[in-house]
Amino acid sequence: MPKEPLLEVNNIEVRYNEIPAIFDASFKIEAGQIVALVGSNGAGKTTILRTISGLLHNTKGEIKFLGSKIDGQLPHHIAALGIAHVPEGRGLFGKLTVVENLLLGAYTRKSELEITETLEEVFQLFPILKERTSQKAETMSGGEQQMLAVARGLMPRPKLLMLDEPSLGLMPTMVDKVVDIIKIISKRGTTILLVEQAVRDALELADKAYVLQNGRTVLEGTGEELLNSGLVKKAYLGM
Amino acid sequence: MGRLKPLMVRQPRIFWRKNYIFALALALLLALPFIFTARFQHHVMIKVLMFAFLGCAWNIIGGYTGQVALGHAAFFGIGAYTSSLCYIWFGLNPWFGMLLGGILAVAVSAVINYPCFRLHGRYFAIATLALGEIIRLLFTNWRLVGGALGVRLPLLPESLWNFQFHTTKLPYYYITLVLCALIFALVYKIERSKLGFYLRAIKESEEAARSLGIDVAKYKLVAMSFSVFFTAMAGTIYAQYILYIDPISVMPLMTSLLICVVPVVGGAGTLWGPALGAPILMVAIEYSRAWLGGGGRGVDYMIVGAMMVAIIFRPAGLISFFQGPRFRQWWKRIRG
Repeated sequence: MPKEPLLEVNNIEVRYNEIPAIFDASFKIEAGQIVALVGSNGAGKTTILRTISGLLHNTKGEIKFLGSKIDGQLPHHIAALGIAHVPEGRGLFGKLTVVENLLLGAYTRKSELEITETLEEVFQLFPILKERTSQKAETMSGGEQQMLAVARGLMPRPKLLMLDEPSLGLMPTMVDKVVDIIKIISKRGTTILLVEQAVRDALELADKAYVLQNGRTVLEGTGEELLNSGLVKKAYLGM
Repeated sequence: MGRLKPLMVRQPRIFWRKNYIFALALALLLALPFIFTARFQHHVMIKVLMFAFLGCAWNIIGGYTGQVALGHAAFFGIGAYTSSLCYIWFGLNPWFGMLLGGILAVAVSAVINYPCFRLHGRYFAIATLALGEIIRLLFTNWRLVGGALGVRLPLLPESLWNFQFHTTKLPYYYITLVLCALIFALVYKIERSKLGFYLRAIKESEEAARSLGIDVAKYKLVAMSFSVFFTAMAGTIYAQYILYIDPISVMPLMTSLLICVVPVVGGAGTLWGPALGAPILMVAIEYSRAWLGGGGRGVDYMIVGAMMVAIIFRPAGLISFFQGPRFRQWWKRIRG
């Protein structure tokens, strides 16, 4: 019997003020995988993540999480189900401190003991944040802010962590660091949906990947398959 | 929150968060009416305290949550009308009328402000401003509540229970002072609570807060409810102080603006902001009115306008003069 996917997106259409941005996108994420959604600027990657987390609503199709429909629900209900969204541009609370940002990430959880435990885990993963607990988020460097954004995404102990362009605006060594972190998070059992323009990095990392073009999922396969496919080579890798 | 609270509480090392400054300020305020003894001076002091109180109330939604509401005069008026009319119609004691007015203001705001929470930034400000004006016009044309003629409160023997004093203004001063102390304590509490923490998160980035699972509309409503409840209470004090209310005097746009400008000039989203802004603005406004009389009509508006322009150069408000490193050095020096 095939395992039920963690998240299932079936033929969704999303519009901004009546103008469709996503025409027909479908994909599946199984528990434990890293799934990458790649595509060029304006293909609709961010739109899809925002739709999953309830900030936008789809006009057609459906989104299922753990077998039940979640499209049309409010963002705070979806977050409570165990989907964490690390938005593009990080979406940090600039005037709040590092630890305050992290604690807000744990908003959906009740047990203080568990929250402190997760906080310790997160500090292990990102030692730099432990040194900066009482620093205001806006005063940190871009790389540190990205670390904080990912760390905040881990605070609710999500079943699914959605990362929107974690490599955006980072220097190459920092990108490598982010890739390592994603691998570690995945090994610890969190399912990851990764949206990237850095196609090669994303495909090397992913168990499964989808290519999005002009609001449609046009190609799917394992990361390796896509790396070797003609379309991807030609359109995104410049080969 | 026992375990996590120390982590998220903002604990700036500012000298005057210390208790002795509180005590000193309170002692000064208690003694002030005996230093300046003229009736007009008492009137100015009452106005200062009243707007410090209103500024603190506005600060909860406008300063901490970042939702610039510009229609608070409507709730000030609702408070004034509720207690006055309940006394005239049902003989309800104004102290209970004050609470009832607060509750009514919360109910009205829940109905009319809740839809506005979907708007952001200046659009929220415009919508609340319009709603405030709509309520004023409604009262102006509503015969049941006195229409444009307003409501005259019957004179009663002076006593605390009757909430009327004729020989001296001092009781009004002290009643407002007690309420100021109360709201100061409440805002201090909110600043250090989970609620205040969420409100600041909403101010910083509403969308991020929402995607982390915070029910943004709920917390905005809570902040707004606190805010209008106290605004309405101040309305009752005003009604009992003047003993006559009409829509022009309790619900004008000017009051809505002042309620917002007082904390903004002092420092929006800070505990002491309204306490700094109120004396500067209200003293200037009341004295310009007294000195210039009818010939200087509108000067008070100019002062408010000038303050709003001036604050552009110091967006964090007057309080920011007391927070910089230079001030801290100076303070250390004079303390030895």
